[in-house]
Amino acid sequence: MAWTWFHQWGSPKWFYLKTGPLLPWLAVLAISLLVVGCVWGLAFAPVDAKQGNSYRIIYIHVPAAFLSLAGYYVMAIAGAIGLIWKMKVSYIVMRSAAMIGAVLTFVSLFTGAIWGKPTWGTWWVWDARITFQLLLFFLYIGVLALQNAFEREESANKASAVLALVGTVNIPLIYKSVDWWYTLHQPATIKFTEASTIAPSMMYPLLVMVIGFYCFYGLALILHTRKAILFRERKSSWVKELLV
Amino acid sequence: MEIKFQFNSLTDFISMSGHGPYVWVCYILTLLALVYLLISPILAQRQFKKSLQRQDKIAKAQLYNQENGAE
Repeated sequence: MAWTWFHQWGSPKWFYLKTGPLLPWLAVLAISLLVVGCVWGLAFAPVDAKQGNSYRIIYIHVPAAFLSLAGYYVMAIAGAIGLIWKMKVSYIVMRSAAMIGAVLTFVSLFTGAIWGKPTWGTWWVWDARITFQLLLFFLYIGVLALQNAFEREESANKASAVLALVGTVNIPLIYKSVDWWYTLHQPATIKFTEASTIAPSMMYPLLVMVIGFYCFYGLALILHTRKAILFRERKSSWVKELLV
Repeated sequence: MEIKFQFNSLTDFISMSGHGPYVWVCYILTLLALVYLLISPILAQRQFKKSLQRQDKIAKAQLYNQENGAE
């Protein structure tokens, strides 16, 4: 049956055993891309004519912001799969994604604030995109908090999955905010449908960083999920055989 | 496209013509965040493994005592 793979990935044991061999590859790929991207962006990319060297923050700010959004989809889709098919693993993935997403959203907000000081003259402004990004952070925190607010694990999973799904409304708002409310945050410089408004010499290291962050995200998601799987399945015989 | 080192000296690189503190704080915080995301599950898993092994040892010792103490 074509759908067996889907159910196999729903099994905690299958997930744990199948993701193990991926880890070293993902780790090498993520770390080398991030190192190359950082060195390139910090030392070898040209200086920005308007912003000077402060623009180099872009090489972490933009990838972190990308992943905070992509990670929200991961969390919401995992939550939806959990609600529909009642798969154990998908709720665990949702929880891991909430944790990682919260950290990456914080990184994007923090680096944005620091970048804002020399560029806009202020740490914080209630610009549309920044405000929705802050809301994204609270949504991640909300999903994490709901997980601990219920005594029964099932209710906690369902409640946080529903919150994650409702919160997806926020994602297109963040994407479109710079076009709909043209306030302070600059519009996207990397475009997929037309020519990007960033010089290639500045864009290549940025692309390396974005791909590096994606690999890192995959690695972190797998690591957190595997840890949670082991703990959740601690009574089952395969975990005992594996660890003891 | 020419790729060359953009600064005159190491001091120049660190100061980034005045923007150094902003840039470096961002990179250091991000590094810490990413390291935390990678290390925390690995450490937790290692600790969990140890506690499972300890429980197993205790269970085995109790079983051994029961079997031998009864005689």
